[in-house]
Amino acid sequence: MQNSNNHVPFTAEMKKDYTILVPNMLPIQFGLVLQIMKNYGYNMELLTTDGPAIVDQGLKNVHNDTCYPALLVIGQLMDAIESGKYDTHKLALIMSQTGGGCRASNYIHLLRKALENNGYDYIPVISLNFSGLEENPGFQLTPQMLLQVAYGIMIGDLIMQIYNQCRPYEVIPGSSQKAVEICMRTVAERFTGNRLIRYSEVRRLYKFVLEAFGKLKLDHSKLKKRVGIVGEIYVKFSPLGNNHLEDFLISENCEPVLPGLMDFCLYSIYNGIVDHKLYGRSAKTALRDQMLYRFVLGKQKDMIHMIEQHGKFRPPAPFDTIRKLSQEIINPGVKMGEGWLLPAEMVELITEGVNNIVCAQPFGCLPNHIAGKGMVRKIREHYPQANIVSVDYDPSASKINQENRIKLMLSSAED
Amino acid sequence: MNSTTYLGIDIGSTTVKLVAVRDNTIIYKQYERHFSKVREKACEMLRAAQNIIGQDNLYVAITGSAGLGMAKASSVDFVQEVFATRKAVGVHVPSADVVIELGGEDAKIIFLTGQLEERMNGSCAGGTGAFIDQMAVLLDVTPTELDALSQHAERIYTIASRCGVFAKSDIQPLLNEGARKEDVAASIFQAVVNQTLTGLAQGRQVIGDVLFLGGPLFFFKGLQQRFRETLQLDDQHAHFPELAPYAIAAGAAEYARDTQTCYTYQDLLQTLEQAANVPAVSNYLPPLFTSQEEYRAFSNRHSKHDVMTQNVTMYRGNAYLGIDCGSTTTKLVLIGEDNQILYHHYSPNKGNPVDVIQEQLKKLYGLCGDRVHILSSAVTGYGEALIQNAFGIDHGLVETVAHFRAARHFCPEVDFIIDIGGQDIKCFKIRNNCIDNIFLNEACSSGCGSFIETFARSMGYSIEEFCKLGLFSEHPIDLGSRCTVFMNSSVKQAQKDGASIDMISSGLSVSVVKNALYKVIRAHSPDDLGKHIVVQGGTFLNDAILRSFEQEIGREVTRPAISGLMGAYGAALHAKDNCPEQTALMLPEELEHFSHSVSNVRCGLCTNHCSLTINSFPGGRRFISGNRCERPLGKNKSVELPDLYKWKYEYLRGLKSKSASEKIGLPFGLNFYELLPFWMTFLNELDFEVVLSDPSSREMYMHGQHSIPSDTVCYPAKLIHGHIDNLIKKGVSSIFYPCMTYNLDEGRADNCYNCPVVAYYPELLQANVAELQNIDFMMPYFELKDQKRFQVQATKFFYKKYSRIKKKDIRRATEAAYRALDNYYAAIREQGRKAIAYADANGLELAVIVGRPYHIDPEINHGLNQMIASYGMVIVTEDAVWNLADKPDVHVLNQWTYHSRMYSAANYVVHKPNAQLIQLVSFGCGIDAITTDEIRSIIESGGKIYTQLKIDEINNLGAAKIRIRSMLAAIEEGKKLAKQQ
Repeated sequence: MQNSNNHVPFTAEMKKDYTILVPNMLPIQFGLVLQIMKNYGYNMELLTTDGPAIVDQGLKNVHNDTCYPALLVIGQLMDAIESGKYDTHKLALIMSQTGGGCRASNYIHLLRKALENNGYDYIPVISLNFSGLEENPGFQLTPQMLLQVAYGIMIGDLIMQIYNQCRPYEVIPGSSQKAVEICMRTVAERFTGNRLIRYSEVRRLYKFVLEAFGKLKLDHSKLKKRVGIVGEIYVKFSPLGNNHLEDFLISENCEPVLPGLMDFCLYSIYNGIVDHKLYGRSAKTALRDQMLYRFVLGKQKDMIHMIEQHGKFRPPAPFDTIRKLSQEIINPGVKMGEGWLLPAEMVELITEGVNNIVCAQPFGCLPNHIAGKGMVRKIREHYPQANIVSVDYDPSASKINQENRIKLMLSSAED
Repeated sequence: MNSTTYLGIDIGSTTVKLVAVRDNTIIYKQYERHFSKVREKACEMLRAAQNIIGQDNLYVAITGSAGLGMAKASSVDFVQEVFATRKAVGVHVPSADVVIELGGEDAKIIFLTGQLEERMNGSCAGGTGAFIDQMAVLLDVTPTELDALSQHAERIYTIASRCGVFAKSDIQPLLNEGARKEDVAASIFQAVVNQTLTGLAQGRQVIGDVLFLGGPLFFFKGLQQRFRETLQLDDQHAHFPELAPYAIAAGAAEYARDTQTCYTYQDLLQTLEQAANVPAVSNYLPPLFTSQEEYRAFSNRHSKHDVMTQNVTMYRGNAYLGIDCGSTTTKLVLIGEDNQILYHHYSPNKGNPVDVIQEQLKKLYGLCGDRVHILSSAVTGYGEALIQNAFGIDHGLVETVAHFRAARHFCPEVDFIIDIGGQDIKCFKIRNNCIDNIFLNEACSSGCGSFIETFARSMGYSIEEFCKLGLFSEHPIDLGSRCTVFMNSSVKQAQKDGASIDMISSGLSVSVVKNALYKVIRAHSPDDLGKHIVVQGGTFLNDAILRSFEQEIGREVTRPAISGLMGAYGAALHAKDNCPEQTALMLPEELEHFSHSVSNVRCGLCTNHCSLTINSFPGGRRFISGNRCERPLGKNKSVELPDLYKWKYEYLRGLKSKSASEKIGLPFGLNFYELLPFWMTFLNELDFEVVLSDPSSREMYMHGQHSIPSDTVCYPAKLIHGHIDNLIKKGVSSIFYPCMTYNLDEGRADNCYNCPVVAYYPELLQANVAELQNIDFMMPYFELKDQKRFQVQATKFFYKKYSRIKKKDIRRATEAAYRALDNYYAAIREQGRKAIAYADANGLELAVIVGRPYHIDPEINHGLNQMIASYGMVIVTEDAVWNLADKPDVHVLNQWTYHSRMYSAANYVVHKPNAQLIQLVSFGCGIDAITTDEIRSIIESGGKIYTQLKIDEINNLGAAKIRIRSMLAAIEEGKKLAKQQ
């Protein structure tokens, strides 16, 4: 499948004493996933670096017109490599590769080029993909591992979403952040010592999270505007990518509402089914995806149910509902980048009463020309109350412009 | 009792506005430029108003893009500017349906009727007051004069509206070619209008009562006129109120009614004055020089690279003239037998280089007298052709070659030259004494001299003074590396934070350098550039910029003392190397009677209808520019070389549909450029008549532009909106435009995707083109990779939809369609073979233009193929040659069909001695950010020159010509060398 370029594989030997650096996107979810991977013998480290040095590294190392997430992710990795903190001969990197039709599948190659140009061509880069694009003997994801990772993501999603519901209202500043830390620690402890987590335990952890946050003192007397964040996955989630959008919204007296990471996974799974429906592509793959889709969906429903039972927090909408809602806006055939998921999430937010939406994307993001900016008009036709602002992020866009645009959106929210 | 007054202070990017409202009447208003002394100016204006509001109870609100910092520092209430605008409208002009407000660097549009919507310019500041200022500088007039000029316009030129940078590269050639300033001025305003309507109004049409606000829209009558005409508004519906420049401040004053804090005049003044002194926090860079000694050592080192001079009045003998007619300046150098400079001149060309040169030549002849004989002359630069024609200059040479010639004189081992001029950065690598690799900044002028200059001027300094301010700044502010337009906002932010001028000056010097290095050259390390670097161009005359450059690359470079004259000096050296028997340079007598006039006509010799600029000289001589082909020049028709761009286009346009009662429209754009034979055959077989949209044109684009939702998408995609509009106007009741995630699989790539824009553009059209609701817009999802599967899916769609169609019809149609497509592919390859054979037989160079199928659209490529052919190259396309070479090893994920062809085509070029590769890249194409690097590496690993041409809506071949000519010069040079060895 892969072209004959001979990249350095990550061998079983390396697994023993190599540190795998992971670029950051979602501190909570990624943090938990890393803990699970540690359980499988992978020593992974999540980069939490921030600041202009990362952008500079990115600008130096990737083509200027490449999208912002690539620039940041590669910049963050290169910045870490050159920091002197690591023995570069005991270092590996990991990068996701969706295999979709947008540029993102090429980031890994851009990273390798950057490594080569800087004399680090011996550092292996692991491709994290589910479409067989590249394989590494030392890095194998078994179905069992994937299940554990999925659990980790689901718990992480719950923590993130509940945290967002608490933070703007907390009476004691910093208390919700503390709750996150307590939850993270507790969950992480369960995932140590080569133990496998059963689903019953996941449910117990859900409960723990709900209770931990349930104890927080919240003040709902001051009305806050709820603002949804959708968009390109990296820019949407990563504070590094969106200039700390969530913090900004909170400083503007808003409650940020973010969809979970699992939604993106479900979207990706569902696309296999669509390929069969639209073009008659492999029925076997479609069947497998259908099973997978139903399985995860069931788990999500369970979580929603538990949130409802607990009663204090708003649960997310079931993904299948979101998916169906999107069909009045866009065909599920649009599957590059965030594809139909993007309008789907906007519609979900609106139907839940979150009319104010920031659609965040890298400057010149190809799929978002269509599914993001391209659909705003139609969404407003269907939902006139929608108040959507599209914000571009790139190394040169100034923060003041972005904030002005968001404030403008917020100012219309007042009437 | 003291009366109550509401005060609004609007602090914009260039001006401060203050409005005081008492008893629902505006009692005081003031509008002044702040020259980046934002906070001081605000205090000053408040003091000026003391007589009127000194005794009142004051309620205050601050607004404006640069007002936030001041508001925060002083705790005065802040109101978002669009919100303030709306407040003002509600109170002062309630009948408005739409508000258009242009400020210094902001542009806003507010739709009040129907669904309330407010939009402001996002990442692009094109089409704002700052843009107009910048253009005025370019024309060397004040903004007011620009306005006056525009009112005497006779015609409007097309000027790119998206951003100042592009507009500039459209305007410069117009000026250089002698277009009337009046016309250019009006065209600039039209560009602002277009930008407002495309960039801001997006999907919505501007109708009803339109209220125009903001300084530019109030002061510039010409701009008002352009808006009125474009929007077709009569006086009842277009409102240009007296309030326009102050509207936002007035809105802020309205907002102040609802604020809680009441100030006395003294309290307020004190609060604001204190805020003016609050120190700001920003990121700082290390200083350029820490001491005078350091600066002196630096200056001494650079003063070594000087050139011998001798006064022309003292010299006796032969001399050689070199002229560099650049984009903003004209340079002229006369050298003697020892290459010494006898005379030189450097001046802005004030939009008319011809006058400058005429005057200089007269002066020069006077100085030469009988002692000095000019034996040969050469001209280079943007105005090369015009000047050569006007004055009978012996040689015309492309700028890159001239600069190389001069650089070699100072540093024989030179392996890298970087020239930062007024609006362009040129840099090239030298390998084997040949210009090997050229980087031009045609799509981005960030980090060129003109930006700093405009900025310096807007703050009341010359560029030299401005740069000097930064030399010893202790804390240069970190402005990053970014596009010129964004740089404006960064500077705005820095000002907002209270950065002083020296900090901004030094910060900009560093940014210019970073842009050049990381945006244009994309250097990874100093070794990437070379070991022997020569820097030149007027911009490097500023020590601050030179210092930043050396600091950034960590290496000392050579700056010839005549840094700004290198092009002219190189031209003079070239003239000396190539001395004609008798120079054709215009004689003193002729010069006395020399005059020149400019006129414009539209060429009627072919369907291109080029707008020609004709310069007339004495003796009936003429110089024509703006032409895409040779025809208007009246030269003998030369043999037409094979050109697959032309052939393919004619083939596709020549496809005839059968007539039938049921008609289906196809928009002729994006992937229809490849699949037209397929779909036309398929639909014909099913008894549909295919109605194709007309050939693309600028006009067609304009008709469709109001429905474009994303202004950063590529031009080919934007054009589709025009094609849809065209089809609707033709009266078709159904349009067929399938979505296609996947393309055909040609077995050369890991997958066969279309790019996301090509794949799903119908979805976007359906969601944004309102008229499509009344039309049967068919956008089924199809995949053509597998004939059987397609047949199944097509059956599902057509059989279900049309009862008259039978399953067997679809089978037949499918088979015929695939056959038609195969025939088309075969025909392309056959033509390719013929073209290659022709080139080989006639010893011609073969230009393999690699791009997308839709790049053959003349409106997209702006006639590049004709330009390339005019240099005697035979043109073939990527799809004609990809199958003639093996698939090369690529280091990227090769997963798009169109793109994988380019890799193979590049490999073909590598193995074909007389072939050269030229890659066309649409601006905004995200995927080509990946392919360009890869194709470059394939080409360079084969020892060839990689040439890339970026194409946009700009109809300017100037930069492309430089590239092509440099490439050809390098090929020539290479051949010469090969012969010598």
